[in-house]
Amino acid sequence: MNQPPAPTSHTAAPGSVPGPGAGNPLAQRDERWQIRVRGLNKTFGPQHVLRGIDLDIERGRTNIIIGGSGQGKSVLMKHLMGLLHPDSGQIWVDGVDVVPFTPAEMGKLRRKFGMVFQYAALFDSMNVVENIAFPLIERYKLSRDEIMERVRDLLRRLDLAQVDGIEKKIPPELSGGQRKRVGLARALIDRPEILLYDEPTTGLDPVATKNVDEMIRRTADDFGVTSVVISHDMASTFRIGDRISMLHQGKIIVTGTAQEVLSSRHPALREFVETSGLVAPENGGGQA
Amino acid sequence: MTTSSSADNPPESSPFEQRARRALEYLTAPVAVILNYFGERAIMLGQAMGALFRAPFRLRLFLEQMEFVGVGSLPIISLVGFFSGAVSAQQAITALRIFNQERFVGATVGISLAQELAPVFTGLMITARAGSGMATELGSMRITEQIDALTTFAVDPIQYLVTPRVIATTLIMPVMGMVFNIVGLLGAYLFSIYFEHIDLGQFTEQFTYWTDPKDYIIGATKALVFGLTLSVAACYQGFNVRGGAKEVGLATTRAVVAGSVSILVSDYFLIDAFHILWPYKS
Repeated sequence: MNQPPAPTSHTAAPGSVPGPGAGNPLAQRDERWQIRVRGLNKTFGPQHVLRGIDLDIERGRTNIIIGGSGQGKSVLMKHLMGLLHPDSGQIWVDGVDVVPFTPAEMGKLRRKFGMVFQYAALFDSMNVVENIAFPLIERYKLSRDEIMERVRDLLRRLDLAQVDGIEKKIPPELSGGQRKRVGLARALIDRPEILLYDEPTTGLDPVATKNVDEMIRRTADDFGVTSVVISHDMASTFRIGDRISMLHQGKIIVTGTAQEVLSSRHPALREFVETSGLVAPENGGGQA
Repeated sequence: MTTSSSADNPPESSPFEQRARRALEYLTAPVAVILNYFGERAIMLGQAMGALFRAPFRLRLFLEQMEFVGVGSLPIISLVGFFSGAVSAQQAITALRIFNQERFVGATVGISLAQELAPVFTGLMITARAGSGMATELGSMRITEQIDALTTFAVDPIQYLVTPRVIATTLIMPVMGMVFNIVGLLGAYLFSIYFEHIDLGQFTEQFTYWTDPKDYIIGATKALVFGLTLSVAACYQGFNVRGGAKEVGLATTRAVVAGSVSILVSDYFLIDAFHILWPYKS
C-alpha cells in the first residue's frame, strides 16, 4: 500500500532523474510502462506549476490523473503531448526522451497520440465527417472512399451512426455527449496508441457522464489504446480507472489502483475523496 | 550575529546610480513598448510568410478567405463607393463653382478616388467587416481549444489560419479598391450629370486628361499595404486571445481600432512618399 508522500508502484525510484544513454533503464521500450515522466518542472512567471513530477503511464490501461482545479493537471497533459516545453525534466515515450525533440520530430511523435478536449474542440466551420476526417486529410493522401469508410466505421463503433443526418451536422447542432463522441472519433481516426482525455465529463449531466465513462472504458478495450484521463470527477475515476495518480501542489502525491488510492492516508487525498462523497469522513468511519 | 561577506553579496549601487537606472528605465519604457508592439506583429507576419513557402499548400483555404474578404464585402464596398463618389462630386462642385470651374469635377473626383478615397475607405470597410470577423473567429477558436486541436494533429496553426487570411486580404484589397473606384466614379458621374447638369464632355475630358495610370498604381499599392496591416492586426489580436468571451470581444475591438489607425497613419506616409516619387502635374 502506498503511503504519502512518496508515490508507489513505480519501477524507478521516485524523484530519481536518470540521465540519457546506455544503462538508463528508461531508455528502452518497457512492456508495462508506455510513458515515464521524471523530475518534470514548469514555471509560468512566478508560478511554479509542476514541481518535479514523477509519473508512469501503464500501457493499454486507463490511467487517471486527479487533482483539484489549478493543480497543473492540464499543464501536465500538454507536456505529455509536447504542446508545452518543460523547464527541466524528462518525458520518455516508449523509451525515447521526447523533451529535446525538434518541432518536426514532435509533429511525428504526435501521431502516436490522440487528444479528446474538455469541450471536444470540434472545428465549427466543418461538419461531423469533415471534423473526424481532418487528421487523415492533413496527414495522408487517401481517397475519399477510404476516408469515408474509416469515418463511418468509427461512427458505427461509437454509436453515432444511428443519429439522424449525423454526417452533415455541424458542431452547434450536436448535444454535449454527441460532441464528446465526435471528438473521440476524431482522436481515434488515425489509430493512436495513446489517448489523452482532458476532463471528459465536465459539464455533463449524470447520465451523460456515465455514458462517457462507458465510452472511455469501451474505447480502451476495443481499440487497445493507452488512456490518460485528467479528471476531478471522483465517481468517474473509480468507475473506469485502472491506475490513479493524484496531482497536488505540482507533485504526484499518490499512485496506485483504485483500492490503494481509496485507502491512502494522505490528507490532501483524503479530503478530496471525502468531499466527493465516495467515502465517509474519517470520524464518520469506513467507506461509503 | 552573522554578517555576509562582500563576496556573497554584490556591492550595492550608489543612490545616484539607482536614480540614473530608474530614469533610464522611465525614458526607455515607451520605446520598449513600441518595439514590443511592432516586434510581436512582425514575428507573426514573418511566420505567416515563411509558412507560405512550406508544404502543404492549402489553396482551398486561401480561396475561402478570398471569398470571405472579397466577394462577401462587395455589397458594402459598392454601397459606400457609390455614395462616396457622389458626395465627393457634390463637395467638389460646390468648391469649384466659386471659381466657375465646375468642369474640373471629373478630374478632382477621379484623382481623389484613385489615390485616397478608394484605398482608405476600402481598407476601413474591410477592417470593419472582415478584420473584425477574423479576430472574432480566431479568438473563438483559441478559447474553445480549436487552435490547440490543430497543433495536436501536427498542423501549424499559423500556416493553417493566419497565412491564408493575410495573403488573401493583401491580394484582394487592390481589387476591392478598384471596385470602389469604378462604383465611386459612377456615383460622381450620375450626380454631376443628372443633378448638377455638368457637361458630360467636359466631365470625361477633364477626367481622362488629369488622371494617370500612376494614380491607380498609387491607390493599388496603398490598398496592398493596408490589406497587409489590417489582416496582421486582426489575426494577431484573435490568435492571442486569452480568457473567455469578453476577451474575444475586446480583441475584436482592438483589431478594428488597430487596423483603422494603421491604415490612416500609414496612408499619410505612403502618399508623402509617392508624391516625392511622382510630383503633381502642373
